[in-house]
Amino acid sequence: MIAIDLAGADKVFANGVRALQPLTLRVAGGEFATIVGPSGCGKSTLLRLVAGLTTPSEGRVRLWPDAPAPDEGRRRLAFVFQSATLLAWADVEKNVRLPFDLGRSSARDGGVERVRRALALVGLEDFRHAYPRELSGGMQMRASIARALATEPSLLLMDEPFAALDEITRMRLDRELAELWARERLTILFVTHSIFEAVFLSTRVLVMSPRPGRIVGEVAIDEPHPRADAFRMSAAFADCCARLSAMLASVMAEATESASS
Amino acid sequence: MTPAGLRYGAPLAVGFALLAAWQAAVMAYDVPSYLVPSPLAVLATLQRDWGLLSRSLAFTLAVTLSALLLATLIGVATAFLFVQSRVIEASLFPYAVLLQVTPIVAVAPLIIIWVRDTRVALVICATIVALFPVVSNTTLGLRSVDPALLELFRLYRAGRWQTLVRLRVPTALPYFFAGLRVSAGLALIGAVVAEFVAGTGGTVSGLAYQILISGLQLNIPRLFAALFLIAATGIVLSLLTALAARLALRRWHESELT
Repeated sequence: MIAIDLAGADKVFANGVRALQPLTLRVAGGEFATIVGPSGCGKSTLLRLVAGLTTPSEGRVRLWPDAPAPDEGRRRLAFVFQSATLLAWADVEKNVRLPFDLGRSSARDGGVERVRRALALVGLEDFRHAYPRELSGGMQMRASIARALATEPSLLLMDEPFAALDEITRMRLDRELAELWARERLTILFVTHSIFEAVFLSTRVLVMSPRPGRIVGEVAIDEPHPRADAFRMSAAFADCCARLSAMLASVMAEATESASS
Repeated sequence: MTPAGLRYGAPLAVGFALLAAWQAAVMAYDVPSYLVPSPLAVLATLQRDWGLLSRSLAFTLAVTLSALLLATLIGVATAFLFVQSRVIEASLFPYAVLLQVTPIVAVAPLIIIWVRDTRVALVICATIVALFPVVSNTTLGLRSVDPALLELFRLYRAGRWQTLVRLRVPTALPYFFAGLRVSAGLALIGAVVAEFVAGTGGTVSGLAYQILISGLQLNIPRLFAALFLIAATGIVLSLLTALAARLALRRWHESELT
């Protein structure tokens, strides 16, 4: 089943700057697809197009096009931003409850059970009454992920969620996210500028060119899940990273050439 | 020293030392009380004239608090109006500034002529003086919402009302309280200045009137006593607004972390 279907979708901002070239991209249900690319290449714009936070200038974006009620697809979508975007005046539990409090997710018990489960999934049960400022950056991000998971999304969009964290925390959260994805049968579209992170997490990595962004190639990561830290040391990991690096290097060189010519 | 001890103990010690030095200087140089009364003489006057002064204090306090309440209500309502659209804000904000920069002593005579009830006139003057900080701070606060949080609310299809109540209002709270604290002081200043201009508080008179009359009668100890009551009122108001901010923000906002 297709989760995301972008058909010739592009984005030109109101000021005339073209962020994305027409893109055709399909992500199947259950995939962990990651987009890597240099800063400012339009990765975030692509994610915002999928989320419906912005509309394509041309082309079409559809979620779950084969589902009986396609509108339901957009409803069951969750977004994790680059920053934790928590409400500073609410404790962790209230933050995770937010989607239910806004009344846009129907759960019979008002979401109590789902909130409890989401907090358990990210290991924050004991911190449910803590305020965001009392948490570390990594824990804030986990709360943000719990908020996204509480709505039991069928599609999870993540925009460089761990970019602001230190390397060790980031690796741990990557591992937890990979486990979560395998266990919960999620479909994830992930954006990062770290090739290592992309290879460790994904079933498929797509490479984007500098702005205006287009998808220049992809690498399937066929390693079985769940992946342990040992995967980072394997030959397969190094090979995937090398192929992606080469792709990025060539597209960057192209961009520099066309800019100088 | 504990933070609380430092916060309250240190200024109290300074005040006490200054009062003691004042008392000593007045006694040492034998300064007549119609020039500079000693703190003890002021205290004695405060006690003796308490019946008169307390009525004036109650009057000034009533004008100040009414003005602060009005300024808060009108100011918050105006701020909500401003954030509804940039057109409204752009059209009206310069007039809020106009209201702020026009000295109240210049406008007060007109208001006192136009409004029959002097008490109401004083409240109007003090409200005008106190209004601006609440308007500008609350407007700024309501606009200072994290754009990522706004997108989050859009994703969850939050309505305009939900976004206002659950996102904009809590974001604006610290800004509002900062404005309120300034406005509290201004309301008192407005109440006192307006009464000076009016020359009378009507049937009952406020502390400004006591200062005016005491000055004319060269009753300097009473003048000082009234002055002391005005200053004390200002300090109490400032402390109360700080306390309100603390109660509302202590768990989450940086400004209230100790």
